[in-house]
Amino acid sequence: MENYAIELKGVTKRFGSVVANNQVDLALKKGEILSILGENGSGKTTLMNMLSGIYYPDEGQILINGKEVSINCPKDAFDLGIGMIHQHFKLVDILTAAQNIILGLDGGMKLDMKKINQEIDALVSKYGFDLTPAEKIYNMSVSQKQIVEIVKVLYRGADILIFDEPTAVLTPQETERLFTVLKKMKLLGKSIIIITHKLNEVLEISDRVAVLRKGKCEGVVETKDATVESLTELMVGEKVELNIQRSDPKKPEKRIEMRGVTVRNSEGLSILKDISFVAKSGEILGIAGISGNGQKELLEAIAGIQKVDSGEILYYPPNSTTVEKLSEKTVREIQNLKISLSFVPEDRLGMGLVGSMDLADNMMIRSYRSGDSRFFTDRKTPRKLAKKIVDKLEVATPDINTPVRKLSGGNVQKILVGREIALNPDVLMVAYPVRGLDITSSYTIYNLLNEQKEKGVAVMCVGEDLDVLLQLCDRILVLCEGKISCIVNAKLTSKEEIGMYMTGARKAGV
Amino acid sequence: MSTNTKKISHKTLHLTKRDSIATWKAWVIRLIAVLLALIICAFVIVGITGENPLNVYSGIIDGAVGSKRRIWVTVRETVVLLLIGVGLMPAFKMRFWNLGAEGQILMGGAAAAALMIYAGNLPPVLLIILILIASACAGIIWGFLPAFFKAHFNTNESLFTLMLNYVAMQIITFLIVFWENPSGSNSVGIINSANKGGWFPKIFGSDYTLNIIIVVVVTVVMTVYMKYTKHGYEIAVVGESHNTANYAGINVKKVVVRTMLISAGICGIAGAVIVSGASHTISTSTAGGRGFTAIIVAWMANLNPLGMLLVSAFLVFMQQGAIQIASQYGLNENASDIITGIIIFFLIGCEFFIKYKVRVKKSEEDAA
Amino acid sequence: MTLLLTFLVAAIGQAVPLLFGATGEILTEKSGNLNLGIPGIMYMGGISGLMGAFLYENNVQDPSTFVGVMIALVASLLASCLGGLLYSFLTVTLRSNQNVVGLALTTFGVGFGNFFGGSLSKLAGGVGQISVAHTAEGFGAFLPSFLRNIPVIGKVLFSYGFLTYLSIVIAVIITWFLTKTRKGLNLIAVGEDPAVADAAGIDVVKNKYYSTLVGAMIAGLGGLYFVMEYLHGTWSNNGFGDRGWLAIALVILALWNPTNAIWGSLVFGALYVLYIYIPGLTRASSELVKMLPYVVTIVVLVLTSKRNKPENQPPSALGRAYFREER
Repeated sequence: MENYAIELKGVTKRFGSVVANNQVDLALKKGEILSILGENGSGKTTLMNMLSGIYYPDEGQILINGKEVSINCPKDAFDLGIGMIHQHFKLVDILTAAQNIILGLDGGMKLDMKKINQEIDALVSKYGFDLTPAEKIYNMSVSQKQIVEIVKVLYRGADILIFDEPTAVLTPQETERLFTVLKKMKLLGKSIIIITHKLNEVLEISDRVAVLRKGKCEGVVETKDATVESLTELMVGEKVELNIQRSDPKKPEKRIEMRGVTVRNSEGLSILKDISFVAKSGEILGIAGISGNGQKELLEAIAGIQKVDSGEILYYPPNSTTVEKLSEKTVREIQNLKISLSFVPEDRLGMGLVGSMDLADNMMIRSYRSGDSRFFTDRKTPRKLAKKIVDKLEVATPDINTPVRKLSGGNVQKILVGREIALNPDVLMVAYPVRGLDITSSYTIYNLLNEQKEKGVAVMCVGEDLDVLLQLCDRILVLCEGKISCIVNAKLTSKEEIGMYMTGARKAGV
Repeated sequence: MSTNTKKISHKTLHLTKRDSIATWKAWVIRLIAVLLALIICAFVIVGITGENPLNVYSGIIDGAVGSKRRIWVTVRETVVLLLIGVGLMPAFKMRFWNLGAEGQILMGGAAAAALMIYAGNLPPVLLIILILIASACAGIIWGFLPAFFKAHFNTNESLFTLMLNYVAMQIITFLIVFWENPSGSNSVGIINSANKGGWFPKIFGSDYTLNIIIVVVVTVVMTVYMKYTKHGYEIAVVGESHNTANYAGINVKKVVVRTMLISAGICGIAGAVIVSGASHTISTSTAGGRGFTAIIVAWMANLNPLGMLLVSAFLVFMQQGAIQIASQYGLNENASDIITGIIIFFLIGCEFFIKYKVRVKKSEEDAA
Repeated sequence: MTLLLTFLVAAIGQAVPLLFGATGEILTEKSGNLNLGIPGIMYMGGISGLMGAFLYENNVQDPSTFVGVMIALVASLLASCLGGLLYSFLTVTLRSNQNVVGLALTTFGVGFGNFFGGSLSKLAGGVGQISVAHTAEGFGAFLPSFLRNIPVIGKVLFSYGFLTYLSIVIAVIITWFLTKTRKGLNLIAVGEDPAVADAAGIDVVKNKYYSTLVGAMIAGLGGLYFVMEYLHGTWSNNGFGDRGWLAIALVILALWNPTNAIWGSLVFGALYVLYIYIPGLTRASSELVKMLPYVVTIVVLVLTSKRNKPENQPPSALGRAYFREER
C-alpha cells in the first residue's frame, strides 16, 4: 500500500449512454514513470481528467498516497499534489509565463510579481529549464509553452505529474529534451504518468505500461517485457499488420511546380520564403516540419486560398503541353478551369466541412456552384454522393441527414477524404490525414492515398508522425521557419536526419 | 483533507446537451414558460393596480382583438414585426449582428415620407412603387456602411449598426426642422391627409391589405432564397466558418456585403410599410424599438419564418393588450414594456430547457 | 475664457455617467460577458434611487439629507444589481445568447425607468414635478466653499457632487484590481479562456456572476448621478437618452482599461454638448452637430479594428457561454 502514489479502483465514467471508462483498476508507484497507452477514444484522457478534477467519476474509488479522496474540482487535485499537463495547453495567451503559473492560486490580494518571478527562477534553475517568467505566452514556441505548463504544476507543489500526449507537437530533438527533464524529475522523487499512443516512446521512457481499450484497462506490463507488437495487440485487441505497401512511382510527370514562392501574413511577416519544388504524378511527396512552420500555407497557396506575394505556382495538366499559373488565381478561377485539385485541410470541421450541416450538404461545399440552374442549388447529386461514400468507406452514421459534428473523428475524416477523392483529382493534398484516428481508420486512409498514387495522382501529404511519413512517402520535403531545409528520398533517410532538418540544425542544398 | 469518512449525499444538477427534441415537446416547454410569465405578470399588475388579474387579462384580450379595428391594428403590427424579423434573418444566419434595424427602418421611413411630401401628386401606383424602391435603397445605404467595414476591416458590426441608429435619429430630427407641419410644432403631422398621396390604398375593404401582401411576398421569397438557392447556401457556409467559405471558393467579402444589403433593404421597406401603410407621418419613434424586438423574435424562432410569425403575433398581442390595460387603469404606456419584458425573459430562459436535459442526481459517496 | 470654462464643466457633467457605465461594462466584459443591458440597467439604477428618495421624503416629516442619500444609493445599487443578476442568470446559468438577453434587458430597463418615472411624475403632479430637494442637496457640491471659490480651477475641479469624484475613484480602483491583484488576474483568465481558468481551479461561474453584478451596480450609479446630480432630483421620460450605448462604445475606445475611459468619457462628454457652444448654429445644423458622438464612435471603431497588440483586443471569450461537460 505504502508505495503507491495513485490507486484507482473500479472507476467508471459515463457520458449519456457512452461508457468512457468501465471499471478501471490502475496504480501508479511512487517515483516511477507509467505510460498509459491506448487509441483515440479509448478513454485515456477521460480517466486522467477525473484525477485532475475536470470530471467526477460515476463509480469507483480514487486513493492518493493510500488515502481515499474525492476530487471535485481542479483545486482539489492541486491540493493533493496532482498536476496535469494537457495536450492542448491551458494557457492564457495575453498573460506572461509567471501570470499563467500563479493563475488561480491563493495568496495575498496584491500581486507581488517580483517575488513570484524570483520563486519561479529558483524552480527553473533547480530543474534546468529555459524560461523567462516575464515573457508573454503569445511570443513562445510550442516547447516553451510546454515548459510553462510543467513549471506551473511544479510551482503548485505537484508530486504526481500527468502528461497528456506530451510529444504530439514536438520534434524528435525536443522530445529527447523533454525525456531528459522527465528522468530528472523522476530522480527528484516525482511520480509521472504519460498518456500516449506512440509505442516507441513508451518503450523508451516508461517503467511500466498500462493499456486501455474501449474504456477498459487491458493489462499492465513491465516495459522491459514488452515489444511494439505485443503492445499493439493489447491496444487494438487483434493482430495488426503495421506495414504500409509502398510501390515505386510509375512514370512520374511534373504536375505542380513552385518557383520562389513567398507568402506573408497580415502582419507582413514571411510565412513561406522562396519556396521552390516539384510535385510529380504517381508519387507521394511528404511534407515534414514542426507545426506552424508554413505547411498549412504551402498547401493553401496551391489550392488558391492563400495569396502569394511573389514567385509562381505552376500546374502541368496531364496529357497536355499547356501550363497554368495557379499563383494568380482564386479558388473559383481554378475550379472554372476544370483543374481538379483536391485538398483535405488540417482543420476538418473548421475548414473542410461544416459541422452543423448534414452529410449531403457537406458534399456540396466544393461543388455547390454546379448544376443546371444558375440560381438554385442541386441537392440530388450530393445526396447520391453522400450515400456512395457512406457505403464505400463504411462510415458509421445513422443516415445522411445527420450533422457531421455528431460523428466520430474517424468518420468525419472518411467523409472529407471520400468527398475530395470523388472529385477524381489530378493533385491530392492532405494535411495531417490520420490525426485523432484509431489505427484501423488510419490504415484505411493510408490505403486510399496509395490507391490514388497508383492511379497517377500527385499526392502531397503533410504529416507529424515521422515513422509513418518514412514508410508512406517517396520523397520528403522538410520545412523549417518557412524555408525548405531539404528534400530527401524517403528510402534513404532516417528519423533523426529529418529531425535535424526540422529544427534547422542542419541545412542542405535542395 | 481530513481522514474521517462519512456518507454525504450529493444532490447535483446534471446537464447534458440534448441531441434533438421532439417539436411538440419544445412547444410545450415554451407554453409553460409563457404561462409562468403570465402568472408573474399578474402578480406585478395586481401589485400595481390592485385589480383582479382575470379582469386584467380579459382587458388584454379585449385590447388586442376586442374590436374589428383592434384586430386590424394587431395584424398590422404583427406583419411589420415579422417583416423586420425576416429582414434580419439572412444577416443573422451569416452571424452578422445587425442591431441597426431601427436605423434602417428610420431611413426607409424618411425616404417614404420625402416622396410623399415632395411627389405626393404622382399617380398613386407609380408613387407607391417609387416609395418601396426608395425606402429599400435608403435602408441599403444604411446597411452598406457597416457591411463594407466588416468585410474589409473586420469592424465590429454590432456597435457600428447600433451607433448608426442614433445617427439616423438625428437625421430625422434634422429633417423634421424642414418638414414640420404646422410650423413650430416640432412634428411632421399627418402627411397628405387631404389627397392621401403615397398612402397605401384600401384593398378589399381594408387599409392594411397591401401591408400584408408585401410582407407575405417578402417572407416567401426570402424563405426560398435562404433554403434553395446558391446564395442561401453561401450565407449558411459563411455563417458557420469563414475558413470553410474560403476553402469552398466563396468570396466572403462579397457575400457579407450582399447579404447585409438584402437585410437592410428589407428593413428599409419595413420603414415604408410603417410610414405609408400605417402612421402616415414620421418621427424619431417611427421604428419604436421594433428593430430590437425583431432581433428577439428572429432569435427565439431560430430564424424559422413560421416561428417568427407566431412569436411576433404573440408579442404584439401582449403589447396591444398592455396598452389597453394601461389606459384602462390609468398606468402609463410603458407598462407594456415591463409586461412584454417579463414574457421575453421567460421565453429566452426556457430555450435552455429545450437545449439541455437537466437531471437532479442523488449520489451517495464517501467524502474524505 | 468663461465660455470655455462652462463648456468644460458641462462636458464633465456629461462624462460622468459615461464613465460609470464604461467602467461597469469593462469589468463585466473582462469576465467574457458582453452586457448590452447596461443602458437599461442605468435607467433602473436612476429611477430606483429617485423612487427611494421620493418615497422617503414624502413619508417623513423632516427628511434628513444623509438618510435620503443613503436610501437613494441603496435603492439604486439594489435595482442595478437585480438587473445584473437577471442578465447573469439567463446568460451564465441558462446559457442564453448574450446579445439577445442584453437587448431585452435594455428594452425592459428603459421601460421600467419610464414607467415608474412616469407614474412618479403623476403622483407628484406632472412632468418634471418630482422633487427630492433634501436628497438632491446631498448629491450636490459638497467641498468647502473656499475650494470652490478659487478662481478658474475652483469651478472646474471642485464644484461637483461626490458621485463625480467617485466615478474617477472607481475607475482607478477597477484598473488597479484588474492589473495588480490575483483576483483581477483570475478574472482576466475567465474572460480570455474559461476552460483554462477552470482547469487552474478558478470558479468560472462565480467570477462571471460577481463581475457582472458589480459591473451593473457601477453602471447603475451612472443613472443615479444623472437623476440626482445632473437633474437635481427629478425625472423626464427618456431623458437619459442613449448615454448607455455611448458608454458601451467607450469601452472599445478605452481598450478595456477604465483609466483610459476617464479621458475617453471627457471627449465624448465634450462632443455631447458641443452644439451648445458652437456659435452661429441654426436649429437644423445643431441637430447635425449632435450626431458627432456617434459618428466619432464609428470612426474610432473603424480605426481600432486594425489593432495588432494582442493585449488591446477584446477578451477572447467575449460573448460566449461556457459549459464544462460539453461533449
